[in-house]
Amino acid sequence: MNTTVPPALSDAVFALTLALLLIAPLAIAGLALINAGLGRSRSASQALLGNVAILAVTAIVFALVGATFAGCLPGGAGHIFRMAGKPWNLLGAGPLFLGGLASAPAQSQLALIFEFLAVALAALLPWGSGADRWRLTAGCATSALIAAFVFPLAAHWIWGGGWLAQLGVNFNLGAGFLDGGGAATVHVLGGFCALAVIWIAGPRRGKFPKEGFSTAMPGHNAVYVLFGCLVSLVGWVAWNLAGAILWLHAPLAALPVTAINTLLTASAALGSTFIVTTVRFGKPDASLCANGWMSGLVASSACAGIVSPAASLFVGLVAGIATPLLVELFDLALSVDDPSGAVSVHVAAGLWGLFAAGLFAPQPGQLVAQLVGIATLLGVFLPLVYLLFWVLNRFVPFRVDLDGERIGMDLHELGGGAYPEFVIHRDESYR
Amino acid sequence: MKIAGLLVMPAGFFLTIAALVLFPDPMQRSVFVVCGLAVESLGLVVTIKGHMLARGESRP
Repeated sequence: MNTTVPPALSDAVFALTLALLLIAPLAIAGLALINAGLGRSRSASQALLGNVAILAVTAIVFALVGATFAGCLPGGAGHIFRMAGKPWNLLGAGPLFLGGLASAPAQSQLALIFEFLAVALAALLPWGSGADRWRLTAGCATSALIAAFVFPLAAHWIWGGGWLAQLGVNFNLGAGFLDGGGAATVHVLGGFCALAVIWIAGPRRGKFPKEGFSTAMPGHNAVYVLFGCLVSLVGWVAWNLAGAILWLHAPLAALPVTAINTLLTASAALGSTFIVTTVRFGKPDASLCANGWMSGLVASSACAGIVSPAASLFVGLVAGIATPLLVELFDLALSVDDPSGAVSVHVAAGLWGLFAAGLFAPQPGQLVAQLVGIATLLGVFLPLVYLLFWVLNRFVPFRVDLDGERIGMDLHELGGGAYPEFVIHRDESYR
Repeated sequence: MKIAGLLVMPAGFFLTIAALVLFPDPMQRSVFVVCGLAVESLGLVVTIKGHMLARGESRP
């Protein structure tokens, strides 16, 4: 088998990585808050319960099925076929039901924890985009599909010694496709899932009237959204550091730069979004600034462990400028009803970060490796998730019925609201 | 139309794979990888266009 075996972790690095992986779930918590805050008040309880349920479903399904196909580390078993004299490692072939986990090398165990968190985060992205009309059962079924087949395929190709990771060895393309923080496996993949859900479930009722512009449906709680951004930062720094150790094999001395790069990318993105929204609307927009901040964090997932601090600033600057413009483009011109902005934040910023990682990486051929990875995401995973979700929608309908959308997901699916003292407002679109 | 666009995207991916296998020269390989991405972008545009047409017909 043509794979590279990573250096074994010392006890100190093992302890540090484990500690980082215990902090990394704050990124999931922050995203859950953002998802809840950007939806309507009458669906807030369902939104947060959905986040928790998706976390649970992905953990169970990934342990039962997904981890087998993912393969945790280069050097693990895989299904390989040969083409043009090169090995193409396509699918992991690990033991079923996490067999032999206790006796696995420390690095494999840490990689498995990382993948548990990554699959949960990837599955949360479509949940925010389908807010206010996507049924909880369908959300859980979709998450199970992501955890069982879609994410493991990407994780094996990129992190598990698959053919994308081996582009450097087999085709002399830099160090192979690099994705230390999960920009591809988590954010672009999750964003594509979000796009597929948006296309299949359709927009919220009244969002795109027959005549005139699309209706603005602002999130119900900006405090949740902005606090979610702060919580995410803590988780993201830990996430990028753990990813740099596990997937980029970064030495301890490189970790402070990775942490600083994460902060710089997010800060530059927030700053540029702040300026763009101020110029366009006269005042900064809180929701779009939150999206800008998140786009910086997403872009940092791809390149924080690879590029210099100056390049990180540039990456964040571009991500922050593009995000509010893309949110408007998707909403006004392309009829994409995405309450959480997952497509413009996670897909666009993730792809930009992956490209920038190749652009600013010191190794020759790295840019082509990153472009091959981007082509794989676009050409394989978007059609794949759309097809899988389209079939799933036939058996587990995604969209709630008209009555459910009218009274809100909380009352319809849970029988009680998140804010019982609030009056349930009459929706203007149902007059 | 949306399905047609989604079918064009894997075609771009296979063009990228073909570039890896067929062209050892870095310059030629890079050009064909970019061509593969361009085909995928075309497929994405067709898919989005198909989505917008479908939405226009079903608007209330």
